[in-house]
This record gives sequence, structure tokens and C-alpha cells, in this order.
Amino acid sequence: MSQSRGTVIGVNGNMVSVEVEGEVALNEVGYIDTYSGDERRRLKSEVIRIRGSRAEVQVFEMTTGLGVGDHVEFTGELLAVELGPGLLAKVYDGLQNPLPELAAQCGFFLDRGVYIEALDRETRWRFTPKVSPGDQVERAHTLGVVPEGIFEHRVMVPFNRYGTYTVKEVASEGEYVVTDRIALLEDSSGTEVPVTMMFEWPVKRPIDVYAERLKPVDPMMTKVRIIDTFFPVALGGTYCIPGPFGAGKTVLQQITSRNADVDIVIVAACGERAGEVVETLREFPELIDPRTGRTLMERTVIICNTSSMPVAAREASVYTAVTIAEYYRQMGLNVLLLADSTSRWAQAMREMSGRLEEIPGEEAFPAYLESVIAAFYERAGVVTLRDGGRGSVTIGGTVSPAGGNFEEPVTQATLKVVGAFHGLSRERSDARRYPSIHPLESWSKYTGSIDRGMVEYAREVLHHGDEVGQMMKVVGEEGTSLDDYVWYLKSEFADAVYLQQNAFDPVDAAVSVERQKYTFGILFDLLTARLNFGQKEEARTWFARLRQRFLDLNGAEWQSDGFKELVADIGKAVGSVRAGVEDNAVSIVGEMR
Amino acid sequence: MRKVYSRIESIAGNVITVTAEDVRYGHLAMVTSSHGKSLAEVIRLNGTQVSLQVFTGGRGVSTGDEVVFLGSPMQVSFSDNLLGRIFDGSGNPRDKGPGLEEDLIEIRGPSVNPAMRIIPRNMIRTGIPMIDVFNTLVESQKLPIFSVSGEPYNELLARVAMQAEVDMIILGGMGLKYDDYLYFREVLEEGGAMSRTILFVHTASDPVVECLLVPDIALAVAERFALNGKKVLVLLTDMTNFSDSLKEIAITMEQVPSNRGYPGDLYSQLASRYEKAVDFEGAGSITILGVTTMPGDDVTHPVPDNTGYITEGQYYLRNGRIEPFGSLSRLKQLVNSDTREDHRGIMDGMVTLYANYKESMEKKSMGFRMSDWDQKLLRYGEMFESSMMDLSVNIPLEQALDRGWEILAECFEPAETGLRTDLINKFWPKGRAAGADEESA
Repeated sequence: MSQSRGTVIGVNGNMVSVEVEGEVALNEVGYIDTYSGDERRRLKSEVIRIRGSRAEVQVFEMTTGLGVGDHVEFTGELLAVELGPGLLAKVYDGLQNPLPELAAQCGFFLDRGVYIEALDRETRWRFTPKVSPGDQVERAHTLGVVPEGIFEHRVMVPFNRYGTYTVKEVASEGEYVVTDRIALLEDSSGTEVPVTMMFEWPVKRPIDVYAERLKPVDPMMTKVRIIDTFFPVALGGTYCIPGPFGAGKTVLQQITSRNADVDIVIVAACGERAGEVVETLREFPELIDPRTGRTLMERTVIICNTSSMPVAAREASVYTAVTIAEYYRQMGLNVLLLADSTSRWAQAMREMSGRLEEIPGEEAFPAYLESVIAAFYERAGVVTLRDGGRGSVTIGGTVSPAGGNFEEPVTQATLKVVGAFHGLSRERSDARRYPSIHPLESWSKYTGSIDRGMVEYAREVLHHGDEVGQMMKVVGEEGTSLDDYVWYLKSEFADAVYLQQNAFDPVDAAVSVERQKYTFGILFDLLTARLNFGQKEEARTWFARLRQRFLDLNGAEWQSDGFKELVADIGKAVGSVRAGVEDNAVSIVGEMR
Repeated sequence: MRKVYSRIESIAGNVITVTAEDVRYGHLAMVTSSHGKSLAEVIRLNGTQVSLQVFTGGRGVSTGDEVVFLGSPMQVSFSDNLLGRIFDGSGNPRDKGPGLEEDLIEIRGPSVNPAMRIIPRNMIRTGIPMIDVFNTLVESQKLPIFSVSGEPYNELLARVAMQAEVDMIILGGMGLKYDDYLYFREVLEEGGAMSRTILFVHTASDPVVECLLVPDIALAVAERFALNGKKVLVLLTDMTNFSDSLKEIAITMEQVPSNRGYPGDLYSQLASRYEKAVDFEGAGSITILGVTTMPGDDVTHPVPDNTGYITEGQYYLRNGRIEPFGSLSRLKQLVNSDTREDHRGIMDGMVTLYANYKESMEKKSMGFRMSDWDQKLLRYGEMFESSMMDLSVNIPLEQALDRGWEILAECFEPAETGLRTDLINKFWPKGRAAGADEESA
């Protein structure tokens, strides 16, 4: 592509109209030359519409001070990210500028027009070649590896090198920086192509170098009981967490980013509070990942475009994040992308659409909202790589529906394309029932690691208990039979000791699958047991006391003496009132035995 | 010599259009009309067509009035001389003091690099138990008070302004009733807090564009003080008026409205203000407490809704009390572990019981028989409301926690409270046997 020039002819917020001399492509990046005080600044922007020689660009910075007549230089390149070793543990803005490096250069504030290379050019990586001269390679073929933290980072043939190449030279084992040539390839026509450890890939195009896409089946453990047991997520699957503000979306995402059983976590803080990113940013370098013995930061990439940062870059940030996720998937790793919040991303699209004066769809969102959301979530998946390995990208996105009403366009468009729905409820969060995932409204199409039949039974108990609870509001406690009342107490009990989880308790915050299976077993035993009580008051007190024990159990170290004592205690307590098995549980309990 | 343009081509609402060259987006102009001078800001460039938003409004502007571009964006004077002063939305004195012109700083500066932020770690004590115990205010937090017209939210703000442990207060008033403005001035003067306070006040009768400037000016000044090491508390009342001004201007500009007439960028507009709350490592901090009145007490209205997604929690002010339900300080967990070990237990336990009380109240109102448990809850709820929730209660945190235990012990057996056993053993008021419940079983 050629590099054109242009002149600013109009400014409207962060949308600038440019008269272009020469050719220009949609999504091409251009720089607008302007002055901030006396300092020359080049503001990055992206072409979003072309009409004749007039192009509309969205500027990734504040546009104060721009004027008609300012010069624009187009780069001939689409908006892209740098891929190579050194992405892990980085904190980027939506355009892949490393924020700590920006801070070192500019101080407290984000100055306009300062861009820093995403991959450090000085770091030396220990390269081990995996090909020899004469080998035939295609794009994404591994040329060699470098250790990056705990992972073996594959240096691959750039994904945009289509066709087959012959390796002519490859660097010997040694230390190189990302811009050093590590291989020389030759295509069929004899043209030589030098390859370094890094290359660029346009963010809005999915990375499509894999042999086959598979159905997501293996569960991804989050160590959150209600998710793993009731609404599991599969590796390579997608899920969404819609919820009104204050319902705990972000806390849930943070917990997941810490505990999820995956190799790499990409956190995309998109248009949300800066403070929340800071918690991740400051705590992750201190927290040790029990699986690897290294800090959590070493397996994390943070893409951070918070709400007060320019809107156009917010739109780009989710794409930056998913492209990095796909890149690591190509190394046979399981990557989890947490996007918080996709609604802000959709709003960024809406703002731009409004400035472009497009005909608005529902709630002024653009008509292409659904297809854009679908295309984003479709970038998740489990794939087999060409070398037979397997990698996955799992996407979990929060949605912030206006007014907490799930009937709005972004939630609805998202629900169509995800595999699991963790709907957060205001009622539950008001009652301090965390995580506030609604146990009756949420769903998952994936299979978890706990027996389906048992889980279904537990859900039925919750459902029945909820019905009794509703009824009790009308007919009162005295109008409810003892039998129904016990069902109600059982469901409340299950809610209190299993669905709810204390994120601030060191033990209860993350529960292993093993422990989930075990405690769910105890709970299941109680739910299926027919309990013998003389009257409601007795039942209520009994459950209250048992709940206390169970909560203590949740806080006890797995298999510690205290834990075993409490288990025995609970068993004894249940034994003292047990009178056989509930009628509706006979078959399932039989099956278990 | 600056060029004078004397042909205004269109005037619609507060927006005028002139043909001019070499004008920069976001810069200011001075419009001189027969009614006096007013600042105006460039809000759109289209070739040589320049659209300007006139701060004092378009009323009375004539097509023949003069426009001079000033060549800089909106600025405000910054110095210690601001303390104790009152200004309007354009930064002109509202008291009888002199105008300030020195050390101009730009408003709407760039946002803080997230990598330079630190985890909030200091509690701001207010002496209000519903805040200190249940939803602690944290330095660098942004929190709105959700309320409805008629509630004493300005009284609450004034009380916080008087009692909060901070270095200085900046009050931004938007669309304030003149009486409310006088009320704030009076309370602060009488309480002797005026010397640590700066007021930027836009009253309901002032031009609507100035309303938009209030938070920007207030926060720009706050930011400078914070960089100079001051712990600043910014009080903004009422952000709904601010949003309505945004709406008014967006509609005049013929923007496509998204929800109930509000512009699609309402979220970003509010966020860019609230996100100014920050704790500068090695310097001071900005904490923002705003008021958002909910039209029709509807939290799903676009203004409170978008606000809720931006801020770190919210306080609901209803019937003159800060409601424990819905009210949330998202940052409290960062500080309430270091206060007293029973803080969290009391906080969660008392609210859960209060929720149960509400359920019992509902049953009672429907005429159901009250069980023993219900009776206990009713007693508890009343005590909780009168000695904790009431806004007149002014006690330090530790005393409030002790009072919490007293109330619990007055109403319940230890096991009924749902509190952890070790806390009960340590804090259950002596003289009321903690094991009584076990023995009777």
C-alpha cells in the first residue's frame, strides 16, 4: 500500500474529516500533525469511512487544538499489534502502548501523541532453533523457541507470510533481541524473506492458522463453586456476565483472573474504572500462582483502556486483547480473555456511529452491533495446530446493561453467541449473597466436572425452595406445610453454604475441584435426606446451627484436623434427624450407590 | 492584534456559527454583544464554518455581534488565593473579592496513567456510622449519593464537608437553588470551614453552558492542589443537572439521542469527570462525593445508571437515612480489615439481619402472625434504625461497632446472628452469656 497524505477539513469531537491526496484504505492508520503548546504532536487515528477523496478518521486522543489545514500522514498499514516474546507481564493501553514505560517518560498523566514500542527492543532472548536450512515451512511454523517466563515461546513464521518457504539460514543458538534476524526464508520464486522474532498482525482480523477447530468440552475450572458446579465454562468456550452495577461483575472477573486453571490470562479493562485495573496491576506481581510457583503477573497481559481514556482506543482495546490471546493459542497454550466490559466497547461504537450520522438502531446502537459482537466472541475456540498440538482461547465478557435490564441490545446480542450465561442479580447482591450469579436464571451449555444428575437435583431443590419462599410471602409461614418449609430451608441452606462464597476468606476464596466434589457430596447427602422435625421452629434452629458449622467448614483448610472434625460433626448432626431418603431422590441416590 | 469577526451566520440555542480561518478545536472566543461580553468555545469545525458554544447562552446575541478568537482553550487561575473564595461556572468571582488572572491552568487535562495509580489505602472518617461502619469512604474514591428531590442531600454534603478528615474541600454546585447556595455558604462560614474551602457555584438561573464547566474547573483546581500534596475532597451537587445540561446541548446540536434524550456519550462524559479521583503517589489525592438525584426515584434512569457503573459504589439517601441496601462502597474492603477485626463481621451480619427484618415487616404489613423470630427481628430493626441509621448519630467508628454488638446482644442469641464464633467469643458484650444458647439446646 502506498503512503498518502491529507489535510484536515473538519473536526467534530474525536472524529476528524480529512481531504486525502492519493489512495487510502478502510482501517488504515494515519497520524495528524498538530501542536500542543509549542510541542509538535502526532496523533494516531484510524480511517473509519471513505467518501470520494474525503475520509473520516477517529482519533485515539483528545482533539483539542486541532485545526483545519493540519497535515495528515497515512501509514499504509492497518491498525496492528506487535507479536513476539515479551508480551507477558506487560500492561498496555488499547493501542498496545506499554503504560509503565509511558509513565516513566511522561509522569502522572497520559500525554497526547506519545507512542512507545510495544515489545522491548533491548531485552535479549535465548533462542534455540528448531528448523534447519532446507526445511519447508509455512506461516506459523515454529522456527525456534525462546523461554518467556515459565513458557516456551515459539518464534514462528509470521502469520501474514502466505505460501511455502524454504529455510535458507537460521540463527544458531544464542541471545538475540526481537529485531535481530533469526532466519532467512526463500519463497518458490526465489525471493528472500528475512524473519525476526516479532511481526505485526492487524487486530481486526482473526488469526486463522490452525488445522481444525474443535468443540469445547474440557471444563475450565474457575474455583468458584457456583460456576464450576452449576454453570461450568469450557476451555475454548465463551461466557458472559451481565449484571447491574454493584452486583460484583468486576470482582468475579478478578477472582477468575487469579484462579482460573489456564496458562495465560489476558485482562482487557475496557472503558471501566481505572481503580479496578490498579488492584490487578499492583497485586499480581506479588501473588504467587500455586501451579507454577511464579507470580501471577508472569502469566498475565493487561490491556487497559479505562473510562476516562479516549473512546476510540477503547474500541480497539478488545481487538488488541483478543489478537494477543490468539497469538499465544498458536503456541499450544490455553488462554483466557476477560473483557470488562463489552458494553463500554459497544458504546464506543455507538459514539462513533453517532458522529458518522449513521441511521441508529435500537437505543441508538449501530445496526451492525450484533454482527460485530458475534464476530468477536467467535474468535474464541479450541483448535488443533498444524503440529498436532492443541490450544484454546476462552472469552468471558461482562456486560453492563443499562438499568440492569437484560432486554437491552448488547446483552441480547451477546446471549445469542455465548455458551454460558452467568446473570448477576441485584436482589442477590443487595442481600449480600456473593457471587450474585442467579442460580435459577443462569445457564451453561457446557459439561462440568460434577455429576449432571446430582447438580440437576440440587437445582430442583433450589427451584422448589424458591417457589415455597414466594408462596410464603403470600400465605405466611403458618400457611406452609412443614414439608414445604423444610424444602425451603434446604434451598436456603444450599444457597448459604455452597452457592455463596466468601471472596475475602483465604480458604473459601478459591475452592479446588476435588474439594468442590467432596463438599457438594455432603450437601447432596443432606438435600436428598428426609429429615425428621417436630415443628418449624425446631427445623429453623437446626438449619441455622448446621449452617454455622458448614460455613466454618468452608473456612477450614482442606483435610486439616479442623476440617475432618467439622465433617464428622455435620455427619452426626444430619444423622440425628435423618429418616430415610426423600421420595424424589430415591432413584438418583440409588444410582449413586 | 487579533482578528475581529463581525458576522455571525447562525444562532441556534447556545450555539453560534461564524466563518473564520485558522481556528483550533476546543479554543475560546470572546463574543461581545449589547448585553456584555461572554466567552464561547469552539465545538465543531467544518471547513471554514466554526461552531461556538456561548457560555452565557445565545439569547440576545445578534448576527452583527463581534467574535474574537483567543487562541487558547479554557483556563482557570490556580493559587492558594482561591481558598475561601466563591466563583461561578466561568471562574469569575461570585463573592465580592477580586478576579484572579495569574497562573492559569488548563481545564480538562489528560487522564492519569493507570500505571501510576496506587491501591487506595486510607479511610476517610466522617463520624457517620452508616458511612464509617457499613460503607467506608476511602481516599481517592468516587461515590455518588443517589437521592430524590426533597431529601436532605445537601445537608448531608455540608455535614461531610464539616466533619471529613481532609485538607481541603472544593464544592462544585450545578443548578443549585439560590437558597441552597446560601445554605452551603452559611454552614461553611459558621462552622469555620470556609478557609479550607473553594466554591464553584452555578445556580439554577445561570446560563446552562456554565453548568458544564463547573466540574471541570473544580476538578482541574483540585488536581493541582493534590499534586501539591493536599488531600482534597470534591463535592459535586447535583450531577443530574450537569447531565441535563449535556442533554440540552446535545439536542440543540442535533445529535442522535440514545436513551431518554441523553447523548450516547453520557457515560464517557461522566466518567471523564469522576475518573479524576486519584491518589498521587508521593503527593495528595482527590476524593469525589457527588449527588445524583434520581428522577422519579428510578435508579434505572440513564443518569444514576451510568453513574453507578462509573463510581465505586453509591449511597442511597432515602427518608433522611442512608439505606444499607444498595448502598455500597466498593473500596471498603481495602481499608476495613485494618480498623478492628470485628468491623467486617458486624457490617455483614447486621445488614443481613436488617434484611430479614424488612421481610418480617412485609409479612406484618400483610397481616400474618409474627413468629418469635419475627418479633426478635422487629425489635432489632427498630433499634438499628434509631441508633445507627439516623443521620443525627455522630460517633467515631469504634464506638459505632460497640453499639452494634450492644444491639445484637439486646435482641438475639449469639448463634442467631450468623457471626463467626471467634468474633462472638471475643466481642459479645459481657454479662450476656455467649453459651446460653448451647445449653438450652
